Amino acid sequence: MKYFLKRVIGTIPVLLGVVLLIFIMLRIIPGSPVLVMLGEHYDQETIERLTELMGLDQPLLVQFFDYVKGALMGDLGVSYRYQRPVADMIMDALPYTVKLAVMAALFAWVMGLVSGIIAAVNNNNFIDRLFMGVSLLGVSMPIFMTSLVLQYIFSFKLGILPMTEDGSMVSMILPAIALGWNSAGSVARMTRSSLIEVMQADYIDTAKAKGLLRGAVIMKHALRNSLLPVVTMMALQLSSMLSGAVITESVFAIPGIGRLATEAISNRDMPVLQGTVLFTTVIVIAGNLLADMLYSVLDPRIRKGE
Amino acid sequence: MDDRNILEIRGLRSYFFTEKGTVPAVDGVDIDVPKGSIVGLVGESGCGKSMTVRSIMGLVKYPGRVVEGSMCFDGRELSGLRENELRKICGDDISMIFQEPMTSLNPVMKVGKQVREALMIHDRSISRAEADKKVMEIFEKVGIPEPEKRLECYPHQLSGGLRQRVMIAMAMICRPKLLIADEPTTALDVTIEAQILRLMKELRDETGMSVLLITHNLGVVAEICDYVYVMYAGRIVEQAETFELFDHTAHPYTRGLLDSIPRIGGSAERLHTIPGVVPNLLHLPKGCAFCNRCGYAEEACHKAGGELMEIRPGHKVRCIKPLETEVKA
Repeated sequence: MKYFLKRVIGTIPVLLGVVLLIFIMLRIIPGSPVLVMLGEHYDQETIERLTELMGLDQPLLVQFFDYVKGALMGDLGVSYRYQRPVADMIMDALPYTVKLAVMAALFAWVMGLVSGIIAAVNNNNFIDRLFMGVSLLGVSMPIFMTSLVLQYIFSFKLGILPMTEDGSMVSMILPAIALGWNSAGSVARMTRSSLIEVMQADYIDTAKAKGLLRGAVIMKHALRNSLLPVVTMMALQLSSMLSGAVITESVFAIPGIGRLATEAISNRDMPVLQGTVLFTTVIVIAGNLLADMLYSVLDPRIRKGE
Repeated sequence: MDDRNILEIRGLRSYFFTEKGTVPAVDGVDIDVPKGSIVGLVGESGCGKSMTVRSIMGLVKYPGRVVEGSMCFDGRELSGLRENELRKICGDDISMIFQEPMTSLNPVMKVGKQVREALMIHDRSISRAEADKKVMEIFEKVGIPEPEKRLECYPHQLSGGLRQRVMIAMAMICRPKLLIADEPTTALDVTIEAQILRLMKELRDETGMSVLLITHNLGVVAEICDYVYVMYAGRIVEQAETFELFDHTAHPYTRGLLDSIPRIGGSAERLHTIPGVVPNLLHLPKGCAFCNRCGYAEEACHKAGGELMEIRPGHKVRCIKPLETEVKA
């Protein structure tokens, strides 16, 4: 528990650093946000009033601390374009992204682990090659292409699944597969190699010498040891999916975090962009933290202060 | 099969099938382990000792395979058994301890559970509490202090000596008829080694089990073995009762091994070694496998390998001109 707290506190400087970086980068980019907001017809007085209203006349340092203070209270500013609080916009987009990420992650993990284990157990025979071939396809095909192929087959030709997001769970199946296949491939390949390596360990011989059957040796002794590196990867995958799958969301017209971010870029909507990047950062850091925690649960050698 | 033996190995051949060719790691080995005795199997690294016992336990790793031979345990033929039948015997009637206590225990499982598992596989009716009680009893017996505390330990929290004791506890908990110990003390300090050897001897005296002890250390053999097999390049080259072997060493290789033991007060400034290295099993000499390193080799040795011959009662040697006859004659 102490270890956990220490790790949480350790993330604060990282967060502050990232906020500072985003903040500076967005100010460096040429073009005044005030002008973007006002469009073509404006006068000097309006510009000045608006600049003051938005706090842009303040020194950069003051602006920064205002932003951090606001962010801590859950206020990420107001969108230039939609005049809505950024926090609200993120909260609106979040359910879509969460739905997609969770489904894709479940698909990736179940498929990845199962096919990794099956491939490892059938080391080097036809089944192994088949499963590894399918996962290699997942790893090497770009997501936009996977998406288009899936849409072509299941929506256009067979007509059994909706082409784009329509609010139903069913419409999330294709995007979840498109997004998850890629991760499933990496999980499968890593599970396979890790399991094959662990099966060579001395304690596996001990388990066999004890009288355990092959299945029990794998389930009780090999699997947990082989999952140590895989779990880290799975947690990182989930956090990257949660921070918005830009391509998948665009192809399937899902109004999630990824779409919010891309739209913000094309609209020069700085507060929104800033907010989504900050959100992504938090998710990635949380993912790392989760991976660490899981790792120490799985591997007693890492546990400290017990 | 002789009733007095718990294990009889006849003509065991286990080969590695590599891309470069077939490696005869175990090439026609006969071993008898009498009931209640401790039998040593001695040889340099790579001579096939581990492969021999791994063949018994069905633990030969790919690309190795048992090619032929019979392994008769307590009246039951082990070779050709299906894996699940062999596993019923393993851990129950035959158990094994390994060389590396550091890596032979599962790092993510509490040692109490690992030992308990050995018991519960073979006795499904036993409850967890009963099993834990038995684990503590056996921990006590093998000299693990504070057994109830150790149950909850992970392997990394224990010293090497304690881990090997855990391994022995795991091997002993089902009261096996045969314990196979593959270099159980090689990775341990000498003081711990003596303790572990004494423990194995005590357990043998108490339970009447037999022990097949693999070692490269003739000092260990002298300490606890009743009978010794010396292995070289996949074959038994000499076998005798321990005292007989030490007193009437017949094979030049065994002589070389004995001379390589450092002695306190010995006059030699340099430690004796056997010249050369273990031959590549892919390209064995045509005659005796040891002829290239043997100080006594004659022309005939390079031509014919020689069979295992009984030179004295219970003492066999694979050499066409054994030392003993030459020295004594």
